[in-house]
Amino acid sequence: MKKEEYLKLVKGKDKEKNILKNALISFLIGGLLGSIFHLLTYILVNTCNMSSSFACGIVLFIYITLAIILTGMGIFDKLISKYKFGLIIPITGFAHSVASCLLEYKRDGFITGIGANMFKLAGSVILYGSVAGVSFAILRVIING
Amino acid sequence: MASMRFKSAFLGLSKTISSNNERVNTTHKINDYFNGEKTIELAEEKMQTKVLNDIKQNEKIDLVIGADLSNQIGITNKAMSRESIPYLGVYSACSSYIEEMILAANILNNRYFKNIVCLVSSHNLDSERTYRYPIEYGSILRSSQTFTATGAVASIITKKQTGVKIESATIGKVIDYGVKDANNMGAVMAPGAAETLIDHLKDLKRDISYYDLVLTGDLGKMGSELFLAILKKNDITIKKHIDAGDILINDVNLTKQGASGPICLPLVLIEKVIKEKKYKRILAIGTGALFNTTMSNQKRTLPCISHAISLEVE
Repeated sequence: MKKEEYLKLVKGKDKEKNILKNALISFLIGGLLGSIFHLLTYILVNTCNMSSSFACGIVLFIYITLAIILTGMGIFDKLISKYKFGLIIPITGFAHSVASCLLEYKRDGFITGIGANMFKLAGSVILYGSVAGVSFAILRVIING
Repeated sequence: MASMRFKSAFLGLSKTISSNNERVNTTHKINDYFNGEKTIELAEEKMQTKVLNDIKQNEKIDLVIGADLSNQIGITNKAMSRESIPYLGVYSACSSYIEEMILAANILNNRYFKNIVCLVSSHNLDSERTYRYPIEYGSILRSSQTFTATGAVASIITKKQTGVKIESATIGKVIDYGVKDANNMGAVMAPGAAETLIDHLKDLKRDISYYDLVLTGDLGKMGSELFLAILKKNDITIKKHIDAGDILINDVNLTKQGASGPICLPLVLIEKVIKEKKYKRILAIGTGALFNTTMSNQKRTLPCISHAISLEVE
């Protein structure tokens, strides 16, 4: 069998099923997390007299802590296989990636293990997040003057 | 020609260990991936030491040929550092066990060696770390992905008659059909397995009907389909084909394809196929995807290798 023919055969067989279903689950779960976030901020602003940015920080803190604790307990990765990327796209995914790297490399020492590998997965998010932030800020300045 | 026949090489006493995910009855079972140790590497070393000690209690070992999936086969090297037995370390990914058997059967021609142990192990968490993401990191399971089996196998290759004769073997070539997806190892390895099978039949001038069973290593469901499709193109119809990975782990929560790793083939061969005594002439094809993470990150195409060994069960 020729290579091209074989690759075509592989492509025909290797099809992800349930893409639509997975996307829908991600959309709903991600949206649900976002809605709960807004609800909690709203409650904090209205009952505890916080400024909205401070309340936002507190809820972010809750989300991150929960994600890290669930990662440490070995639950978060199982939740992801159930609820798909809805859990990864919000800040919880970022916290999860850092925590899982920490757990993985804690036995390799503080410098060569934790220090070098903590942002192994999250590093790209930080780098390209910053680049995107700066680019959009420049664009905004150019457009708005 | 890369095939050879053996006059007196037999597969002797074998000891196995596996986790509860693998659906075979092994000598020992471990309940926990950490196996009572602090790190996964120590856990895998402990499995190797356990099966090796079982063999040591029964037979004198002249040489150990060992393999695993960790970087620079560090786990086997470390496990062997506690023994004082001559040692050869090999790496051929998931076809390591067959490569070890071929080497052992050849070294037996030298009269100083009587009992050679083929040792192989793999650990799910260790391969996750070596080839994929950190263990606790949750990623979505691809439908083509396999699940690395956990366990270790040690078996003796000896000149003494044992009932399982190693009759002949074929050393495979490195084959690259241009598949780049490291998550679809069945597709990477299927052409290699087919080519080795074709070479084996051609070299030894045999028809495929000679074999009662063709046992492949860890092609998985999709890989098996591709393997049979390539053979069909070459007008070869197998009497009975079993893929070890496919039957070793059958849990849709873990994988949709089956198990992978160098222990799939020996676990199924020793604990299922040979014990059942249903098949007399068996062709075992170990299939290995020869890549590292650098190669898959740089989007290179992934090569594979397959070695075949023919066994006669009395």
